[in-house]
Amino acid sequence: MKTEEIAKVLNAKELSAAGEHSSDKEYTMVFATDLMSDALAMIQNAPEQTVLLTGLCNAQALRTAQMLDLELIVIVRGKQPNDEIVEMGKDFGITVLTTPLTMYEACGVLYREGMRSIS
Amino acid sequence: MSVIYEKIYNVERDDYANAGLVSSLIKQSLRTIGISPAVSRRVAVAVYEAEINMIIHAYGGTITLQISDDGMIRLIAKDKGPGIPDIEKALTPGFSTASKKAMELGFGAGMGLPNIKRNADEFSIESSPAGTTLDLKFQERE
Repeated sequence: MKTEEIAKVLNAKELSAAGEHSSDKEYTMVFATDLMSDALAMIQNAPEQTVLLTGLCNAQALRTAQMLDLELIVIVRGKQPNDEIVEMGKDFGITVLTTPLTMYEACGVLYREGMRSIS
Repeated sequence: MSVIYEKIYNVERDDYANAGLVSSLIKQSLRTIGISPAVSRRVAVAVYEAEINMIIHAYGGTITLQISDDGMIRLIAKDKGPGIPDIEKALTPGFSTASKKAMELGFGAGMGLPNIKRNADEFSIESSPAGTTLDLKFQERE
């Protein structure tokens, strides 16, 4: 799925965009967690195709994405990152979306759309 | 084999606002000098966990990045204590002594040291009440 399609099905708002080229990118996998160490442990392949879904709305979510070379984070449960986090997203080239859906709902919707777990 | 690049970074105790900054800088340096994305990612994950550990568990310390002319990357994370009472337990996935503050940061899953060990090609740890030293080496994997 493309970022725009993900945003649409999750009713999500885009807070920082990772450059123009990112809109054509295809994502195929999702990892959902509030624990960044679990993301750091589990996401080992194809980070460029992987979306991080998290309820963690702080700088560490962005740092974790940066370490893993992830390019798209979706923040769930309607949390609004502050300006510092949005700026970090822009600096790191990471697109940040925020959705009002719960983690469970967001996972369900993305699964229905064909997104799968990390391999 | 000789060291062609070395940089030492300070990590302050309880400096939650800057948690991950040193790791970001190290990752950027590695990419700038042309280390592959796969190796840079492994180093970044390991150093990030080490940095977080140092901030939430230790009294601060230093992280040293060394690169040798044969392409080996070495990270030495040396803190000022209080040490890890039972290293074997700390290396068990899921074992955690993290504080509420660490949890708020998104850490405390008990995956820190296991993550570091898995990403490094060579891993050694020494710990006493005077401090813990992690010595990690990374190389390109085929």
